[in-house]
Parts: sequence; C-alpha cells; structure tokens
Amino acid sequence: MNTLLRTRAATTLLLSVALVAAIVMLGLGDYPMSVPQVVRALVDPSTGFDHTVVVEWRLPRVVSALLVGACLGVSGAIFQSLTANPLGSPDVIGFSTGAYTGALIAMTVLGLGLGGATVGAIVGGLGTAAIVYVLAFRQGVLGFRLVVVGVGVTAMMSALNTWLLMRAQLEVALGAAIWGAGSFSLTNATDAWVLGGTLLLATATLRAVAPSLRQLELGDDTSRAHGVRVEPARLALLVIGVVLVAVPTALVGPIAFIALAAPQVAARITRSAGLPLIASAAVGALVLVLADGVAQHALPGGVPVGTVTVVIGGCYLVWLLAAETRRR
Amino acid sequence: MSSSPARLVAEELTLGYERRIVAENLSVAVPDGGFTAIVGPNACGKSTLLRALARLLSPKAGTVVLDGRAAGDHPPKDFARQVGLLPQTASAPDGITVRELVGRGRFPHQTWWRPSTSEDAAAVDLALEQTDTTALADRRVDELSGGQRQRVWVAMALAQQAGILLLDEPTTFLDIAHQVELMDLFAALNRRGVTVVAVLHDLNHAARYASHVIAMRDGQIRASGVAREVVTAHLVEEVFGLRCVVIDDPETGTPLVVPRAPSL
Repeated sequence: MNTLLRTRAATTLLLSVALVAAIVMLGLGDYPMSVPQVVRALVDPSTGFDHTVVVEWRLPRVVSALLVGACLGVSGAIFQSLTANPLGSPDVIGFSTGAYTGALIAMTVLGLGLGGATVGAIVGGLGTAAIVYVLAFRQGVLGFRLVVVGVGVTAMMSALNTWLLMRAQLEVALGAAIWGAGSFSLTNATDAWVLGGTLLLATATLRAVAPSLRQLELGDDTSRAHGVRVEPARLALLVIGVVLVAVPTALVGPIAFIALAAPQVAARITRSAGLPLIASAAVGALVLVLADGVAQHALPGGVPVGTVTVVIGGCYLVWLLAAETRRR
Repeated sequence: MSSSPARLVAEELTLGYERRIVAENLSVAVPDGGFTAIVGPNACGKSTLLRALARLLSPKAGTVVLDGRAAGDHPPKDFARQVGLLPQTASAPDGITVRELVGRGRFPHQTWWRPSTSEDAAAVDLALEQTDTTALADRRVDELSGGQRQRVWVAMALAQQAGILLLDEPTTFLDIAHQVELMDLFAALNRRGVTVVAVLHDLNHAARYASHVIAMRDGQIRASGVAREVVTAHLVEEVFGLRCVVIDDPETGTPLVVPRAPSL
C-alpha cells in the first residue's frame, strides 16, 4: 500500500514541478517578469500590458508545450507497454517519420500550405501506423515484431523523405524542413485548445482501457485468463496512442525523444509497477517546456525545440542501448 | 474421492495452430471437485487441451462447455470468475510488488467505474495467506527466488477466486522441495473445494495427488480414470515408451513409477 502512496505523491510532485516550470517560462523573454507578476497577470485582466504579454503572447506557446509533452509522454507509455520494449515508442516505430512524409507530400507534391501539411501529417502518421500494424500482425500483434517492422518502415520513410526534399523547389523545401524540425514558434491559442481537447478525450477513454493495459503487461495468456478481450483492447490502446502523437505532430511538427524517454524517466522517479500514464504525461510536459525554454532563450537565434529534444534524445538513446547491452 | 458431474466439458475438439492439427475429436469431462492430472509425453497435446479449456485457444471444431453453455458464449469476465489459469509463462512488470501483482488477479471482478473494493483487498489477503506469501506482500517480485515467485503467481490465480483452477506445468523449473510444497498447496486447495486441473510432467506427482488421471499421446486420450487404473506398467510403456515397474508408494500407497535399468 505504501508503494502506491509513494507513486501518487511522486506523480503529484511531478505535475506541480511542470506547472511551476511553465509559470517561470511565462516570465521569460524580452520583457522579463517575476513569478508573482506572472501569476497576477494570469488571473487579473486589469494588469493591462502584463496581461497581454502573458495571456495573449506567451501562454499559447507554453500551454502548447505542456500539452504536447503530456500527449507524447502518455503515447510513449502506451506504446512501450504494448510492445513491452523501452524502444517501442511511436517515434522509433515510424510514426513521426510517416507524419513527416505525409506533410512533405502535402507541401512539395500537392503544393499545399501549412494547413495542408497538418492534414498530410495526420494521414501520413495514421497510414504508417496502419502499415506497421498490418505487417506486424500474425495471430495478434507481438511487441518485438512491432518494433522491428517499425524500424524497417522508418528507414524506408526516411529515404522517401530525403528524396521528396531533394526534388522540391528550394523555398518549399526550406519551409518543409522547418516544419520537420518541430517548433512552437507558430503555435496559437487555437492549437492549445485543440491539444487540450485531444488530451481530455484521450484521458477519458484511457480511464476505461487502462486496466486492460495493466493486464496486457502480464502477457496475453494471463490477460485472456483474467477475461480481457485482448485484441480489441490492444487496438483501442493503439488508436489512443496514435491520436496522442498524430495531433501534436500535425500541429507543431515531429518532436523526438519525449515519447521515448518520458515513460522510462517517470517509472524510475515514481517507482511504479510498469509505465505510469499520468507521471509520463507530467515528465513529458516538464521536459518539453524546459526544452522549449532552452530553444527560445538560451540558444542564439531561436532554435526549433525539435532540435533540442533530438540532441537530448540522442544522448538518452546511447545510454539506453548501452544499459540494455550490459544487461544481456 | 467420488466425482460429481462435470461443470467444464470438452466436446469433440479439434485443436491446432495455424495449419497444424494437434488433436482431433478430443472429449474430456472435468470431474467437479476433483484433482485432475493430464499427463503424456512432450508434444502430446496436453497443454493445448488445457489452453482450449481455459479459452486461450479457440477450437477449430467442437466446443468447450461451461455450466451447460459454450465457453465462447460466456462474457470473458464471467468465464474468468469461474475458471482461473496459471499459465506456463507470464511476465511481471518491472518494479511491481507482490501485493499489486496478486491484486491484478481481481480484474474479472472489477469494472472501470468501480476499480477496487474492500472485497478485492480481502481476496488478495486470503490468496497471500493460502500461498504463505503474506510476509512477502511488500517485496518486489523481481527480488524473489524462483520458488517464491511461483507461489506469488499461484496467489494471483487464487485471487481470481474461480471454482475451477487450471495449472499448466506448475512445477517446472522448481527444485524438488518446492515442487512438493506447491503440489501440497494444490491438494489443500482441492480439499477446500476448488476443482483442480493440472498438466503435469511428473507421473509420480500425478499418481500421488490426482483423483483423476488423463493420459494422452499423439493428441488422443489413451486412458482416463483413477490413478490406480491409469498408472500401470503397461500403460506407461504404451504412452511414454518407458519400460518400468509400478510399485506402491511407501508413504501414500499410491502407484509409484520406477524406470527399469537398461538390461546389459
């Protein structure tokens, strides 16, 4: 029982830290503000200019970073639990690359703008997920096969992406490449609302299927013996996981590492059994808000946040592979 | 031990994986309140039969019937409240404690809007007590020894509180002391009214503990009945291809299989 309490306490703490980090971020910029100033500006519209800066200029970006991080964290936890593999995250098994392919086709082949890229990203991401699922399906989808097929499909999609960029006109290619880096510089309040709605819907659905996810961790035989409808449950979880990565990717571009690392970090901090969903959301939100802060304020010239997470992600992946190899 | 009519029945099953047929026309009635052992050489289809009884494998033909109704027609959770399973392989998530793992056996009693009740806690406590794992409740499963871990998996199956318990080679990989300890536990559960069906490798375990023995070979049932009738030198040679003598177990008086030494 006390382990459960500790997990809950750690989760609450993580959520609070993410929230505090977000408030600090709201104060950073060309017009710096203290934390009390930010809080007052948030709740009191009569603060005038402060209110405008915090609520209208900075809030959409910070809230979007929180929500994208949370979505990716939960999605990663779902995928890694389903595949029983710390590498089985949506960015590794082809989702992000496929979303980029969809956006590239929309922008460079069909000549559509950013709106088209959003639709293209969703179609590309879902399409890739469907391809991976079908190729990995043999009397049910097994985790390991899903990872291997996903890595293979990712490699093919990367090649396709390079070719699409090469044959595009220079300025179109440049725009596409910027989208492909993943950035919050163009996010607005509408994006934040869409992300919030997505996360809310996914959370509500997850409440119903999360117990089945916990059963699936015990293996398919045990799950069936406990009365889980294994394939429908797995499909529902895959759909939720895909939506949680599709919507953010479509809005801000592919952001690596969060879905991969947040669940593992959250599991170690909370010492929970398996990968915790809420704590993964909290870690994802915290890391992405901080990474976006670094991208915006610490690095010269406003680097896209995707670049920051790729760098952290590279280091994490090397560590993970080294740790996994040592364990064998 | 007399056997009452069967709740769990297999009727003319054809079982197999993809294109390979393992067993055809297999019919079994599990005596209610009994301790049934299924024995046979490797790849005789005994685990496949158990998987079919547990609804893990849908038969290509025939039906598994529980309480007069096809197993597939029971909602999965209803079936799971009646029939529990200790599978051959299961995995525990990293860092899970014994109590949490055992609690996951309560899944068929829970709904998503009412996840956990005091009834669940009581069932978990009872399962821990029955398997003598109460002292381990707050330990992490990955820290336990093989014998302790297997008792914890049994506790999870017990927490399910099903009247029929299916065990798939429950003593494999354990040393002899832990094997006997576990078999004694199953016998004790059986005396408390749980119907036990176990796929066993060790004929002498089957002979000592089971009230009903089913001997299989090549996907067919070659003999079934009380141990005294099934575990005979003639049948062991026919089913396992092993020349042996069967003597009386000096402890229990049940049949004891002693392999013959190779004649020089």
